[in-house]
Amino acid sequence: MIRRLQILDSERCVGCQSCMFACTRREGKASLEGSRIRVRSIGGRERGFTVIVCRACQDPSCMYSCPTSALEKREVGGVKLLKEKCIGCGKCAEACPISAISMDGEERKPLICLYCGYCKSYCAYGVLDIEKVNHGSSSLQSPCD
Amino acid sequence: MDPHLYRVLVIDLSKLSYHVEERKEYFQNYLGGVGAGIPLLREFLDPKIDPYDPDNVIVLSVGALTGKFPMISKMVSLFKSPHHGFLGESHGGGRSAISLWQAGYGALVIKGSSPIPIYLTVDGERVYFREARALWGIADTATVGRLIREREGQSGYRSILRIGKAGEKGISYANVTTETYRHFGRLGLGAVFGSKKLKGIVISGKRTTLPKDKKGYLKLYQEIYNECTSSPTKKYHELGTSENILPLNALGALPTKNLKATRFEKAEILSGENLAIHYLGRRIACSHCPVGCIHLAVLRERYPDDPYFYKTTFVCYDYEPLYSLGSLLGIERVEDFLKLMITVEKYGLDAITTGVVIAWVTEAYEKGWIGKEETEGLSPSFGDAQTYMNMIERMIDSNSEFYQRMGRGVEALVERYGGKEFALSYFGNEISGYHTGPGAHLTHITGGRHSHLDSAGYSLDQKTFKEGKPIGPKEMAQRLFEEEALRQVLTSLVVCLFARNVYTLERVKRGLQLFGWDLTESDLFQLGKKILVEKNRLKKEMGFEMGDLTIPERVLETPSPFGPLDEAYLKEAVKSYKDLLNSQ
Repeated sequence: MIRRLQILDSERCVGCQSCMFACTRREGKASLEGSRIRVRSIGGRERGFTVIVCRACQDPSCMYSCPTSALEKREVGGVKLLKEKCIGCGKCAEACPISAISMDGEERKPLICLYCGYCKSYCAYGVLDIEKVNHGSSSLQSPCD
Repeated sequence: MDPHLYRVLVIDLSKLSYHVEERKEYFQNYLGGVGAGIPLLREFLDPKIDPYDPDNVIVLSVGALTGKFPMISKMVSLFKSPHHGFLGESHGGGRSAISLWQAGYGALVIKGSSPIPIYLTVDGERVYFREARALWGIADTATVGRLIREREGQSGYRSILRIGKAGEKGISYANVTTETYRHFGRLGLGAVFGSKKLKGIVISGKRTTLPKDKKGYLKLYQEIYNECTSSPTKKYHELGTSENILPLNALGALPTKNLKATRFEKAEILSGENLAIHYLGRRIACSHCPVGCIHLAVLRERYPDDPYFYKTTFVCYDYEPLYSLGSLLGIERVEDFLKLMITVEKYGLDAITTGVVIAWVTEAYEKGWIGKEETEGLSPSFGDAQTYMNMIERMIDSNSEFYQRMGRGVEALVERYGGKEFALSYFGNEISGYHTGPGAHLTHITGGRHSHLDSAGYSLDQKTFKEGKPIGPKEMAQRLFEEEALRQVLTSLVVCLFARNVYTLERVKRGLQLFGWDLTESDLFQLGKKILVEKNRLKKEMGFEMGDLTIPERVLETPSPFGPLDEAYLKEAVKSYKDLLNSQ
């Protein structure tokens, strides 16, 4: 069973970035910097927003790219970062085809969704949800929209 | 405390140089925003200077709670206003506040004038002076934003402030636009940018901050977030401020056709309800604001050479432009209003002042105070949007005396052509859309910015009218003074005023405690009064005198919901307000 964030309808996103502030607040910080979920305009705010977050792949591209095996596959999908092994090279961020990994500006370590769902509670427009899906299920809505 | 907040980035455009100074006392004692901006402006600016002089100074500031709580999403600008010659103060949202704060500064001071058009990029510790000669003269501010966005990257996480042709030309009520749909409006910040050959500013950074007590922070955040996303604040998301069109029209307080009337027969068409049902294309938000009050309408215009192809344009709308470019001009079709709004946005003009100026021109033309010689053959009449758009184009392109004066506001027109009795302005700033009673006009007269937002007399009018308890001039002055003092606290933090009921002094006190300030509610209120007094002291040094007041006859003639306004009442209230300021 995979537990991950689902983007229900990015058309309803107003671009307030409250989810991003929630992500950093969970770690006791106030900032957009360090968020594991990202919201940005598609290219002109009138066209709407794109919400980018890790989709908890069953076969994660990022994991294969890591030269020090610092990314460990999780049973429930996605990866876990073994910080002590990470050299901060950023290969994982380059490898992710949906650009769901960014690098922490201070620590130089990858920022990867923890699938906790804290951000969901701060989306006033129902854009985000937590979904549980079985391995192999093909009826997913796009988790990255 | 938040030590980065004390840092002031000083940029000298004449020398194309920059450095950082610390002003801990301004931020510790005055919280930031307006409070810290006033002493900063005083320090860098000669108050007697001509607003178009290279030595005019722009202060951009954020506050003690920026980035920490929702709806604290505004950046303050302070400068000497080219529109009325006194203190210019304008607040804008978008991503500006979060970007400046994350760049690691409490304030930005811009002085001097660049020898060539440039735009600035502030990226954390680094400042770049970018060549902008090719951007100068581009017709549409949206295009300028797009070009800078493509060049600078980091889409979504930085703010792009820019001016349009109105600012380049020095039109005294030119705006600075940020994130396409938000503005530093009213008092001509755009003209100051233009006079400095400053086309825009890009701001970004990656700073974070930590609260003293994580648990307490999460708890207060949740409480504030809940308030922001429930009634009554939620109404700003639903219909937005345009929900006021119908109730104000029903009340007989919607200025119509240059305030010849207060009810507009086509109010239903311009209503928030009609716009939402038939034109609303998207709602968007400022960074860190879960409300999302920005309403974008969609206009589809058919190309004349193609029967099946339409140009689709998004344009923001709110109550104020629906009044100034709608009812005040007798505009009867939504499409006409949207086209006017698009024109105003394209050049970067203030929507309220543009509407009031055109309304005056229409009536002056009707009455024969001006003729075709002045208008270069155009015949303005209420409801004729196409002629109005042509006049705005002329104002941008023509160098005739009449159009130059149009670009300086109604008082510049009155000075040359007469017609003061129907010129809707106080101290050089054109009025907003509320003929609700004495409070609305007194706010314009006594308020620091001469803006409806200073002390919201329009709201007090509606409250006292509803209760059937009109108040005397002394009480009116007292209540407006207290409201304006309270708002100085909010605009120092810098809270969006749509959250004025969320951020009670008690909550502000608790929020500040988490980040190292120790102030009681009473301390905060006293601080608000002190900032208000300081602001008025600086205005006085710029030549402002509240006693130099004439009230336009039109305001007194056209009845408000309370009936015709009494000039003696207004003057007595102004006197009481002055006394209150002087007694602090």
